[in-house]
Amino acid sequence: MERLKASSLALPLIAFVIVTLLVPIFSLVRLSVYDSTVADALPKTAEALQQWSGTDLPSIAVFETLAEELTTAQQTRELGRIASRVNRILSGSRSTISKTPRRFARSDEPDARAAFIAIDEDWGELDIWHALKQATDTFTSRNFLQAVDFRLMPDGSIARMPETQQVYVTLFIRTLGVSIAVTALCFFIGYPMAYAMAHASPGWARLLLVLVLIPFWTSLLVRTTSWIVILQQQGVLNDILVFIGLVADDNRLTMVHNMTGTLVAMTQVLLPFMILPLYSVMTNIPRDLTKAASSLGANPFQSFTRVYFPNSLPGVAAGGLLVFILSIGYYITPALVGGSKGQLISNLIAYHLQTSLNWGLAAALSVILLVGVMVLYVVYDRFIGIDRMKLG
Amino acid sequence: MKNYLTTVLCTIVMVLGSAIVAEESVTVVSFGGSYAKACVEGYHKAFEAETGIKVNLEDYNGELSQLRAQVEAGSVTWDVIDAEGPQVAIACDEGLIETIDALNLPPSPDGVPAEEDFAPGTLTECGVGKVYYATMVAYHPDAFPDNEPTKVEDFFDLENFPGRRGVHRSPQAVLEISLMASGVAPEDVYDTLETEEGIERAFGMLDSIKDDIVWWEAGAQPPQMLADREVSMTIAWNGRIFNAQMLENQPFKILWDGRTIDSGGMVIAADAPNLENARKFVEFSARAESEAGVASYIAYSPVRKSGYDLVGNHAITGKPMKPHLPTNPEHGGRQLTLSTDFWIDRRDELVERFAAWLNR
Amino acid sequence: MNTVFWRSVKGAIGVFTAFGFLFLIGPLFVIVPLSFNAEPYFTFRPEMLMLDPEAFSLRWYENLFNDEEWHRALFNSFFIGICATILATTLGTLAAISLNQSNFPARRTVMALLISPMVTPIVIVGVSVFFFYSQPFIGLAQTYLGIILSHAMLGAPFVVITVTATLAGFNQTLMHAASSLGANAWTRFRRIQLPLISPGVITGGLFAFATSFDEVVVVLFMGGLEQRTLPRQMWSGIREEINPTILAVATLLIIFAVLVLFTVEWLRSRTAKQLQPQ
Repeated sequence: MERLKASSLALPLIAFVIVTLLVPIFSLVRLSVYDSTVADALPKTAEALQQWSGTDLPSIAVFETLAEELTTAQQTRELGRIASRVNRILSGSRSTISKTPRRFARSDEPDARAAFIAIDEDWGELDIWHALKQATDTFTSRNFLQAVDFRLMPDGSIARMPETQQVYVTLFIRTLGVSIAVTALCFFIGYPMAYAMAHASPGWARLLLVLVLIPFWTSLLVRTTSWIVILQQQGVLNDILVFIGLVADDNRLTMVHNMTGTLVAMTQVLLPFMILPLYSVMTNIPRDLTKAASSLGANPFQSFTRVYFPNSLPGVAAGGLLVFILSIGYYITPALVGGSKGQLISNLIAYHLQTSLNWGLAAALSVILLVGVMVLYVVYDRFIGIDRMKLG
Repeated sequence: MKNYLTTVLCTIVMVLGSAIVAEESVTVVSFGGSYAKACVEGYHKAFEAETGIKVNLEDYNGELSQLRAQVEAGSVTWDVIDAEGPQVAIACDEGLIETIDALNLPPSPDGVPAEEDFAPGTLTECGVGKVYYATMVAYHPDAFPDNEPTKVEDFFDLENFPGRRGVHRSPQAVLEISLMASGVAPEDVYDTLETEEGIERAFGMLDSIKDDIVWWEAGAQPPQMLADREVSMTIAWNGRIFNAQMLENQPFKILWDGRTIDSGGMVIAADAPNLENARKFVEFSARAESEAGVASYIAYSPVRKSGYDLVGNHAITGKPMKPHLPTNPEHGGRQLTLSTDFWIDRRDELVERFAAWLNR
Repeated sequence: MNTVFWRSVKGAIGVFTAFGFLFLIGPLFVIVPLSFNAEPYFTFRPEMLMLDPEAFSLRWYENLFNDEEWHRALFNSFFIGICATILATTLGTLAAISLNQSNFPARRTVMALLISPMVTPIVIVGVSVFFFYSQPFIGLAQTYLGIILSHAMLGAPFVVITVTATLAGFNQTLMHAASSLGANAWTRFRRIQLPLISPGVITGGLFAFATSFDEVVVVLFMGGLEQRTLPRQMWSGIREEINPTILAVATLLIIFAVLVLFTVEWLRSRTAKQLQPQ
């Protein structure tokens, strides 16, 4: 009873987070494996295809069922959706399907099979039937396979994507690489900065803290904009380099819209998230510790690596986790300054969400990303404890 | 307690607020920038004056996810959308937009029925075309003092025409232009692209200049890159180059050879909240005068023959517009109409291939 | 000799550190003067460096103040930000108070759950709320309510963290004393606990507000055209054509950030004083 009372005030937020975050994430997972569009629109065909051997063309009766259901689908305007789903399995089949009902009505062939093949000879091939059968499955692994550059062939076997079309694994690896690089850069730049803040006189410490906190509180868009202004070809940095003669005016450096731009901008944007946890840990490291070490004969390097650094590790872990997780899901900065080589997986997720409307694939890519982050989160919580997270 | 109350009030006010829509209006979602201005001046104002229906113009980047979300959730707020060809077809397939059957498209001023007056392919199942725009090569003449480029092959000839090249980071139109430059006749481009060798051939052309390509994404970038001399030649949209020429007196030139043209379409959202007004608006947009009105502000060709004939002078500078219109037969050179069917069948695959090629 | 060596190592690290601070803060200082550029360029012209008054102008600010789209974006940012902050602060404070009790069950798991919005990659949050809220019968995509709920969810962890930190320095005996004097739970909370933890609550609220004010991915994916916020408007501006009006907005946002920062620091020093024995 007492325990219940103690937790009751936390219930509204727990419920709120579940409803506004966990349930949506659950629906994301569902979307990545579930699509009933075709099964709902072509129920009889779906049933008939379950019985189909798959080695010869289906019987004339199946052709007739399909013709009937496609005609209905055309009237209810479901046809395009069916065609687009099948097209994802067998590229190019969309137009075959969408033209069929209209022409079927005008056909004077003796039976449905002959009529279909007269409309498009693809109907006489097994591929499109396999694709159609596969599209009637409500649960599919297709999106996840595609997200790792494999594909589910129309006949149900699994094959690698042709090399010319493999892109997601490369992007996942690049995303991982960029996140590790940004985390490492933030650590190398941020560690001495946090140290300086933690060990400066109170006046200086306050000033330095302000210098870190101003960018922290400033909009991400503002900071990304400033990097575009600084790094672009007609920008501030190139002007300075031309002025001091390091670079010729007609040979200005390309520093934005490529990987350099992405790394520089992301590092600067995420640096405060490394510095602040480090700083809060470092201020609590007793100064006597290093003094004791040097009085015992350790040189500054030894006393740092053996005594100070191990004590600052919780800060390194907290900062590293924050920076890594934030950069792995980064969308805005790479989209604005990334150019063609600085794109990350989130940019492709956005493409499938907004432009191609292939939501199943967008969901599958997100789920893979999420699982990666969750593993990291759980490991961190196990070893360091998420409740020790501090801000400034 | 007070906080809860405020939250609840905030929410109630907003939910009610979004439910109340001005009585006679139509929400039109279109591309922003100079194109939107051309539409407003070219015919939105005339529409408002004639019908008393207010046009709420909103701009977007051509993505249809919001429309799909609205339709799926059953709370549509858009009425009319101005979309690119392939997007019109996708939205039509997905049942996100109305078919044009219910529309009563006006005949031309001298009585030619709409079906005959619109260029072939510009009236689709769900979309009513308005203007053609071109994706083609533009260049800065100062970069080529001795011999200026004359054909699309020159875009891929770094030796005789040095300098970096701007290219749209999208396979659409870029692959077609590359194929034309490799010697494929415009009428054979899509048959070639259907084959594996054809796709390889297009990427092969791009490979030959890959190291000198500066990629762009937004239409405003190519004129900017030419002005800064970051590139000497670039693939661009003709309306943007036109604006730079006319309004900013830039000396850019357009290489009309090897252009691809595309007409978008005006479409009506399924379950549009102001369906009647939306229909009136699309019918009004389909008038020859409306199309010509747009073309007096921006160099896009009316898709109606009668609309093209009506085009006169630029509304701001008073210079004749016809020489700048992408479909003007006097340009000569090769011209290809972008195939919507090809792009919806193949786009997902080609976008992935394009991304994979960029990563190589 | 040895000390000379270590001194020069220290010096080198010092210089490196100074560059670190320059790297962090410099970009912001570049943007501010450029927003007063009389010409539509993004670089310092010689006239600007010579402080020629002709080279400076307020024209981009005029553009900004005369543009209805920016007005709407400003209104949306504050409206969404304030609603989301109130929601996040209320729920977050209650949860933190409850978590602070020693007999809270499964404290660590609950904490991990409550903090999870902060560590979920933002693109995943955006994608999932978009899909979820677009479903029939939910229909919260492209509504203010949908965005407010998502922003409140993203901001709540900050409130939980700051309030928990303030409560850690809170003297429970005060509550026992009040209780023995006959004060009920509500009175104890309102008269004793709330005033003492209020700086933590306000700091958390400011964090939540800043989270919402800066958030663009959720708005980008889920927001409709009516819900465009300042960062969303900037996003379009940068993608389409980066013009100096964007720099004017950026400058105002930097000033805003500085104001928020000093408020937070002032509150923090107040808490520190309060917690010291008088």
